[in-house]
Amino acid sequence: MIKEQKIALVNAGKYNSESIDEYIALGGYNKVKKVLQKNPVDIIDLIIDAKLRGRGGAGFSTGLKNKFTNESVCERCVQKYIVCNADEGEPGTFKDRVIMEQDPHVLIEGLIIAAFAIGATKGYIYVRGEYTKSIQMLRVALQQAKEKGFLGKNILSSGFDFELEIKLGAGSYLCGEELTLLESLEGKRGYPRIKPPFPAEKGLFGMPTLINNVETFAHLPYIIEHGAEHYKSMGTEKSPGTKIFTISGDINKPGYYETPMGVTLRSLIDDLAGGMKDHKKFKAALLGGAAGTFVDDTVLDTPMGFDTLKEKGAVLGSGAIIVMSEERSIFDMVYSILEFFKHESCGKCVPCRVGTAQLMILMDKAKENPSERDQILDQLLYEADYMAKNSLCPLGQSPILSIKSLTQFFQHQF
Amino acid sequence: MDKSALISDFEPTNDNMLNILHRLQNNNPNNFLSTEDLKLVAEYLNTTYSSVYGVAKYYSMFSLKPRGENIIRICKSPVCHMISSKSMIEVIESVLDIKMGGTTSDMLFTLEPSECLGHCAQAPVMMINDKMYSDLNADKIKEILEKIKNNNSTQ
Repeated sequence: MIKEQKIALVNAGKYNSESIDEYIALGGYNKVKKVLQKNPVDIIDLIIDAKLRGRGGAGFSTGLKNKFTNESVCERCVQKYIVCNADEGEPGTFKDRVIMEQDPHVLIEGLIIAAFAIGATKGYIYVRGEYTKSIQMLRVALQQAKEKGFLGKNILSSGFDFELEIKLGAGSYLCGEELTLLESLEGKRGYPRIKPPFPAEKGLFGMPTLINNVETFAHLPYIIEHGAEHYKSMGTEKSPGTKIFTISGDINKPGYYETPMGVTLRSLIDDLAGGMKDHKKFKAALLGGAAGTFVDDTVLDTPMGFDTLKEKGAVLGSGAIIVMSEERSIFDMVYSILEFFKHESCGKCVPCRVGTAQLMILMDKAKENPSERDQILDQLLYEADYMAKNSLCPLGQSPILSIKSLTQFFQHQF
Repeated sequence: MDKSALISDFEPTNDNMLNILHRLQNNNPNNFLSTEDLKLVAEYLNTTYSSVYGVAKYYSMFSLKPRGENIIRICKSPVCHMISSKSMIEVIESVLDIKMGGTTSDMLFTLEPSECLGHCAQAPVMMINDKMYSDLNADKIKEILEKIKNNNSTQ
């Protein structure tokens, strides 16, 4: 029987998120005090040593990203930026919302720590426009943090300046992709940029920028307080620490659960999410949202980590888990996902603009001619593969994930 | 209302573009951005009208046409879809007698689709303006819409 273990959500629900005093009473912001007396390079080494990996879905080493941004130099770089990606839009994912609504201060504290480590004096939290409650909570928290002197000029008399601002998205899924988010922050249409250069080199307004997900920043205060060894004692060797999983669909207790990495899907469903609804049989789970993979019951006992799932042909992604019982149709789900990509494709690059439409034409054909589905699945795979190889950004590279997982796990149920 | 005063507390830099557009739209009783609004922003940010138009047109939360007082955003993500949001759309369409994207003739409601609203544990869900409504069913939707209509007529 597994239990929850909390890092990002350690204070969530324990204090009134509109009261900074209650957060401080829980030991809040004392990590900022601790960090400001250290050498920034030591903080980066600590994060590298803790092996923290980005919780937004890609799983890249957060410490290395910090290091690259810190070391990034260019002639005209007058400013370094730090950006928090709070444009949570991956279907089935709501972990960042829970952090922002219930513990906005842990995010702000994490941002101050990272900003000090890389020497950024200006930061942005880019929140999706539909998250009205998160926006409200962050606004209150930011104001209070400023009043207490944790943000602004000469923080706690350390000589370190850091301004933090909230920016609103306006309904574009694609802006959750880091380079597109930076375009949007600059006041432009949400079109992706060509990578490289990476944000650490040329990010916001062409300056070195560190961009991380909400959950990633929320881990920093914990790592500062408890050290790398303690952090690594949780989770798996390659994916240490905890992860918030958001489970929805045909289970008794849908919701968010933070557990050490390496937990199995079976334990998450049976021990935490109350088991399958109405005792129906498990058929599939969609891991990582629309830009994720379907898995069948052969993956139920695989440890959930970035690499362990990859070996099975699946992804961890954002931690979204959509559970489907025996009564659900895989075909309908794929239809809904591909419709979503068609709608959200920005149209900048041809393979994705035409490809997402082409996939829907094939899906409509498959809907009308169930007997031809095997053959159509091959065509879908060919199209999606072409898109993945030729599209600029992760959106065009995503449909292949779910389609490929179909051929692997559900060839005969399409 | 003087619209310039409404946005004067923003620094006139491009990174404030979306926040400014949100502010203007939220203060418009018909929830949209007019040509005058876009011109004002272009002038304020010292950029071209076409670039402001391009931005406003790109993001789905902005509208260049008048909308109802209450914007209904129904989630059509895979989770809400699986747990029956399609029929929820049909319920709203029939109660309000409009189609997706349409506005009621009394300018009280506009129905729009939305991508995942992040409340998948309480699916299906919808937002009306700033408020989230979860665990929807046909009766609940009728009740919510009725209540808003009644509040409006007593005002």
